[in-house]
Amino acid sequence: MAEPLLEVRNLKVHFPTDDGLVRAVDGISFQIMPGETLGVVGESGSGKSVSFLTVMGLISRREAIIEGEVIFQGQDLLKLPPEEMRHIRGARISMIFQDPMTSLHPFYRVGDQIAEAIRAHQKISKKEAFDQAVDMLRRVGIPKPEERARQYPHEFSGGMRQRAMIAMALSLNPDLLIADEPTTALDVTVQAQILDLIDRLREEFNAAVVIITHDLGVVAEHCDHIQVMYAGKIVEYGTAEDIYYAPHHPYTWGLLGSITRLDEESKGRLRPIKGLPPSLIFVPPGCAFHPRCPYAFDRCRVEVPELLPVDGHHAAACHLPLEDKRRIFAEEVAARA
Amino acid sequence: MLRYIVRRLLWVAVTLLLITFLTYLIFFVMPPTDPAVNFAGKQPTPELVAEVRKQFGLDKPVLIQYALFVKRIFLGDEYGWPGLGFSFNTRSALKPIIYERFLVTLQLALGSAILWLLVGVPIGILSALRPRSIFDRLAMGFALFGVSTPVFFLGPVLLYVFWFKLGWLPGTGFYSITKYGPGTWFMHMIMPWSVLALAFAAFYARMTRGNLIEVMGEDYIRTARAKGLTERRVVAKHGLRASLTPVVTMLGLDLGGLLGGALITETVFNLKGLGNYAVESVFSGDLYAILDVTIIAAFAVTLANLIVDIIYAFLDPRVRYT
Repeated sequence: MAEPLLEVRNLKVHFPTDDGLVRAVDGISFQIMPGETLGVVGESGSGKSVSFLTVMGLISRREAIIEGEVIFQGQDLLKLPPEEMRHIRGARISMIFQDPMTSLHPFYRVGDQIAEAIRAHQKISKKEAFDQAVDMLRRVGIPKPEERARQYPHEFSGGMRQRAMIAMALSLNPDLLIADEPTTALDVTVQAQILDLIDRLREEFNAAVVIITHDLGVVAEHCDHIQVMYAGKIVEYGTAEDIYYAPHHPYTWGLLGSITRLDEESKGRLRPIKGLPPSLIFVPPGCAFHPRCPYAFDRCRVEVPELLPVDGHHAAACHLPLEDKRRIFAEEVAARA
Repeated sequence: MLRYIVRRLLWVAVTLLLITFLTYLIFFVMPPTDPAVNFAGKQPTPELVAEVRKQFGLDKPVLIQYALFVKRIFLGDEYGWPGLGFSFNTRSALKPIIYERFLVTLQLALGSAILWLLVGVPIGILSALRPRSIFDRLAMGFALFGVSTPVFFLGPVLLYVFWFKLGWLPGTGFYSITKYGPGTWFMHMIMPWSVLALAFAAFYARMTRGNLIEVMGEDYIRTARAKGLTERRVVAKHGLRASLTPVVTMLGLDLGGLLGGALITETVFNLKGLGNYAVESVFSGDLYAILDVTIIAAFAVTLANLIVDIIYAFLDPRVRYT
């Protein structure tokens, strides 16, 4: 098997605050292979954004205690000096964000902002960088890119701004693109366009892609693998088929139960997960999900479940016996969906 | 852009007209006594009152009077442009006096503004980049001191220390650069500049700090970092650009406000500026002089606002189209 592009080992990101230690990311390990698409799903506060901001080196060590390893192309990014990390950030790993309305600087022309990203990593003239920026805008499907590059962000619609962000992120042909909730702030029709664009560009640029989202429905058809996060931990990992058709974690069942589906006749109301995500300062003992889990039993309250592979690719952190999981999913979750 | 400027200019014209209208109401219509007597000085002889009445057209209907008043201001009167009238107290045209006074205030205000920008803004930036550090705490302590120390206290204290006790700086009074040379002028301005600048510097430090801290938390700063820019460039090009635009606004308004006279500073340091002149005129009952200072102060604020708005349109592209 090929070398993984990115391998995260036992990553912890803890923020000391006046109220106590916030365990935003609490020991996660995963791999991304070159060219693959990984979906990262979880509620707000599950640690999905923080873990990838840490990969990008955008979490300051002045604010957070960071432990573990982030091996990217054989180098541990957490040990790199800031100046070397800067050369990777934006060039070999790049990132787009949730809200394209606020992610571009309001005072600078869109083309100049993209050109600035290029010039941060390549020694070329402003003119050349700007021409490349125009070319990138064309490749992400922005009409009249020469004109658009000279406009300011407020003259762009939300979808166009996200395209511009994608153009910026791909302008240095990175090996890994991290998309943090890229469509959350956009209209539903635009969401689909943006995801299709990311799909197409992934092939064109041959980059691995991480799509972070709170909506399982979004990543369904765009991801090879999906990892589900809860309270700073990965609770389930598998192929898209595993997660959709044979999920093993009650939290994933809950996420599936709260997707609206228009393609099939609905057999019942949406079933939201009861309760709220836990405090990351006082994480419940045992399985962090147990207070909200209808299937929890004594062991769940005391022992933290490990993320154990069931077969080669599918793993879940849950104490329920496998037969029970299969039975409950078939009887209660799949039947209602 | 051009449309924006034209629209702003039209608004300024309306505002200036409104200012003159209110001023006219206050000085000519509202007092229950005869305006001709009021403007005729402390010993209004009947001849003098008649002269005033004729010069201001006070025998005509009120609207015509007002029109004449506006015409005198904007088109000039027999003493030149702009028409600042004649003081019956001192029996002299006001324009040359006010012009001279205004120059003093202008030098005080501009020098002080340069000083408070040079002190306040860098302190604010450094504080914002290391919030809660020792430097930040000291700087904000200084800011609290600066904001809360009144000029009428600080001025005499500095005079006592640096002039009377140490003898490092000369005393009060204005020594013009043309008559006494730049050295004397500068030495005499140091204390007035510093005293006036202190409160502003403190305020600007706090404002710059607050703005920059807020901007550094914006999504576009995260984008700038994600591009792989150096932290220096992130702060200088992306952070400062956005956080200093409100400072430009404040600077315009503060300067505009000061051009109407920095009353207390001018009085403490015995600088013959506009604010000082207004006080003198109140005591001597020189009504037309007070009217002039009022109008100049109001015009200065309005014009400063206009300049700020135009500069702002260059700084923030979003403004140009709204």
